Amino acid sequence: MQTITPTPTPTPTHAHDGRLTTPRPTVDVSRSSAKAEEALVVKSRAEGLSFYYGQVKALKNLNIEMREKRVTALIGPSGCGKTTFLRCFNRMHDLTPGTRYEGRIILFPDSIDLVARDVDPIEVRMRIGMVFQKPNPFPKSIVENVAYGLRVRGMRSNARIGEEVERALRRAALWEEVKDRLENSGLSLSGGQQQRLCIARALATNPEILLFDEPTSALDPIATARIEELIAELRDQVTVIIVTHNMQQAARVSDYTAFMYLGELIEFDNTSKLFTNPSQKATEDYITGRYG
Amino acid sequence: MTAGAVISQPGLRLRKLRDRVVETGLLLAALVAVFTTIAIVVVLVIESVPFFNTVSVMDFLTDTMWTPLFAEARYGILPLVAGTLVTTLVALAVAIPAGTIIAIYLSEFAPYKIRETIKPALELLGAVPTVVYGYFALLVVTPMLQKLIPGLPGFNMLSAGLVIGIMIIPYVASVSEDAMRAVPNYMREGSYAMGATRFQTATRVVVPGALSGIAAAYILGISRAVGETMVVAIAAGLQPNLTWDPTEPAATITAFIVQVSLGDLPHDSIGYQSIFAAGLVLMLMTLVFNIAGFSLTRRFREAY
Amino acid sequence: MHATTAAATIEQIRADVNRRKILDQLFVIVGLLIMFSALLVLALLFLDLVRDGAPKLNWEFFTSFPSRSAARAGILSAWVGTSLIMLVTAAISMPVGVAAAIYLEEYAPKNWLTAIIEINVTNLAGVPSIIYGLLALGLFVYQFNLGQSIAAAGLTLSLLILPIIIVATRESLRAVPRAIREAAYALGATRWEVTAHHVLPYSTGGILTGMIIGLSRAIGETAPLITIGAMSFIAFLPESPFKGDFPFFSFAWLSESFTAMPIQMFNWVSRPQPAFQINAAAAGAILLGMTLLMNGIAIYVRYRFRKRINW
Repeated sequence: MQTITPTPTPTPTHAHDGRLTTPRPTVDVSRSSAKAEEALVVKSRAEGLSFYYGQVKALKNLNIEMREKRVTALIGPSGCGKTTFLRCFNRMHDLTPGTRYEGRIILFPDSIDLVARDVDPIEVRMRIGMVFQKPNPFPKSIVENVAYGLRVRGMRSNARIGEEVERALRRAALWEEVKDRLENSGLSLSGGQQQRLCIARALATNPEILLFDEPTSALDPIATARIEELIAELRDQVTVIIVTHNMQQAARVSDYTAFMYLGELIEFDNTSKLFTNPSQKATEDYITGRYG
Repeated sequence: MTAGAVISQPGLRLRKLRDRVVETGLLLAALVAVFTTIAIVVVLVIESVPFFNTVSVMDFLTDTMWTPLFAEARYGILPLVAGTLVTTLVALAVAIPAGTIIAIYLSEFAPYKIRETIKPALELLGAVPTVVYGYFALLVVTPMLQKLIPGLPGFNMLSAGLVIGIMIIPYVASVSEDAMRAVPNYMREGSYAMGATRFQTATRVVVPGALSGIAAAYILGISRAVGETMVVAIAAGLQPNLTWDPTEPAATITAFIVQVSLGDLPHDSIGYQSIFAAGLVLMLMTLVFNIAGFSLTRRFREAY
Repeated sequence: MHATTAAATIEQIRADVNRRKILDQLFVIVGLLIMFSALLVLALLFLDLVRDGAPKLNWEFFTSFPSRSAARAGILSAWVGTSLIMLVTAAISMPVGVAAAIYLEEYAPKNWLTAIIEINVTNLAGVPSIIYGLLALGLFVYQFNLGQSIAAAGLTLSLLILPIIIVATRESLRAVPRAIREAAYALGATRWEVTAHHVLPYSTGGILTGMIIGLSRAIGETAPLITIGAMSFIAFLPESPFKGDFPFFSFAWLSESFTAMPIQMFNWVSRPQPAFQINAAAAGAILLGMTLLMNGIAIYVRYRFRKRINW
């Protein structure tokens, strides 16, 4: 297990032509190159995906593949559509009136179109889980928080639920800290623990894809580091898509990175390649801090 | 490749079915409000139709005497309308100044602690049963007024109006205060920064900025006063009397309906039908005020 | 030279500010005076009722029927009638009101039907109570043939307080943060599951408060009951809901004639004899006491529930 220590935010320096740039985020090259050849099974593919808030076209014709059991990061400046894109995967936009999807997001292996009108959003959300930006545990006990997804799916046996809850809490690296106080309210935990509780809650139902919407932006650096460790460990178990505005985090945690800007996909590549040698100028400008 | 932990497909279908059944039930409950309004209109109109077959609308609106239970019955609604208007005006003379001043004080002057204790207490004032207020008007206020105004009859519109005014003060105050608090702070700060006192800021900046909401409060207060029944039935008398003098007794539209209901009228007598005609007039009056008041409320809520 | 002009100006400014501040203070005094006079009226009213009604505030009063003799008259049938009517009112208005509020807050799409429903709810809140009485007279008493009964009375008052329950419930539903709903939806819950498992449990405080306030309003309503034919000289009690033998519960009482506390008070206050006015005062003291108690409980409930969950 690798320990990832938070790298300090690089300070801008002057390049030889006078431009102010930040050094590129460091990527652990050894990790990604070893996996590069193997991870070719596609879990989900967006084809021509566009999304409308009323008349506003927020996502423009996205085409991107998510590899199974790998971590894909979505980065880009504020307003680029990365969270909008993420929320298409579990149809959260259906809760807002006036929204519309165009195109498809195909989920493998059964090749269903996640955003099709005749595909039930509830079914989608039973297969794809989400962790939100601000931790939002229910005001229930820790056990009941993690068990909620299971109960909704009809699991009744308390013994079985207890097992699954423990399993999920272990996967979320929270078990040791809470095993003696499972009946306490979820709200009694610290911010970082609450977020891990939310992760456990999402993991309990064995989702096929786990979506992370800026999961550490509300947390302090130590809690952030622990969650990043967690996500790295989840690789090989779950397909992860993570939205982050922190480029260093994307570099630390993901195998693939997609750079978005103004609703469009600008570049998508292995994380190491994107950060060391991006093929688009816009990408290069963004990761060196010229804007965003 | 597992597709989720414990998805049981028949389970999902059942849950969705239950969801849809529940939604239909909830919609029906919500539609009760619509049915009630429709029912009110239908009942009032249907029961008034036979009345207006006997009495012409012209007579109804212009005759100056309302004596439906006499042998020589007259059916002019004006005395009842006059009674309603006079008591309402007296009530407004009390509630508008008092309610507005209280609202300004609570919104612009009162420290947090005072506001938090006074507001619930004022709400209690509005929660008192109206029949208790009627007792108060007849047996406490009228004797007091009789000392000030010798010759004041035991039933009069003045005490009834005063008590109704007291009764609607909390209502006027709370709607006005809502309107004033909706005025954004930066407007107040602009005034304070120029060296204005709280009173000047309140009267020159906040009140004008909250004008539509305050107007809404007054109009909704009028609607409440117009619809008030028990205070006038107890303290103003049940004798229709076309007069603008509040020291005289008179009957309002609402008091008349009570008076007939206390008696024993057969179902299809004209006396029975007359209460529906009176109710129709009352409904139209309050509807006009309510619509005006609510559209003003929406305007001030959206403005900020 | 400049110094003296500057000093003179500062003097002027101070005088002006002091003058204006006096007006400020005056307004504070006036405001406080008016507020406290209004509250004084309430206190005066209560004390007056208690003082005037004191001689009759005893056990016999509660257990005697109304009578032509003021001395023997009591409120037995009145408070029993009020209790039974409140039972019906609560049983109807609570489920319908809460259900309607849930629909409007959690389910209703933004279309014309929803707008119509909302307009109607707001409008009904401003309809005079006597109009509800007329509605009940035409519809429940005659059309539905319920007669001048407890059932009709309960039905009428439920419609009357429906807007209160709906508004209070909607507010408490709205107070549940969106993040909780999103978390539940993201786990694959259906809309009803989200509502029943997460939103409703945390809104119970507000819903309870709304019900208590609605009922306290219903207890004091006189006009609609008079209109549908409450009588004030009922010297008997309706058949008890509880029976000695199977099935232990009967609904016969629903169709009986009724009287209620405010009706009784109205009847007594309308009589000129001072003895009856004492009775009226006693009944009024009890009514007012009940109303104040219920409102107090509602405020307390709201306070307690608000403290339990800190989002």
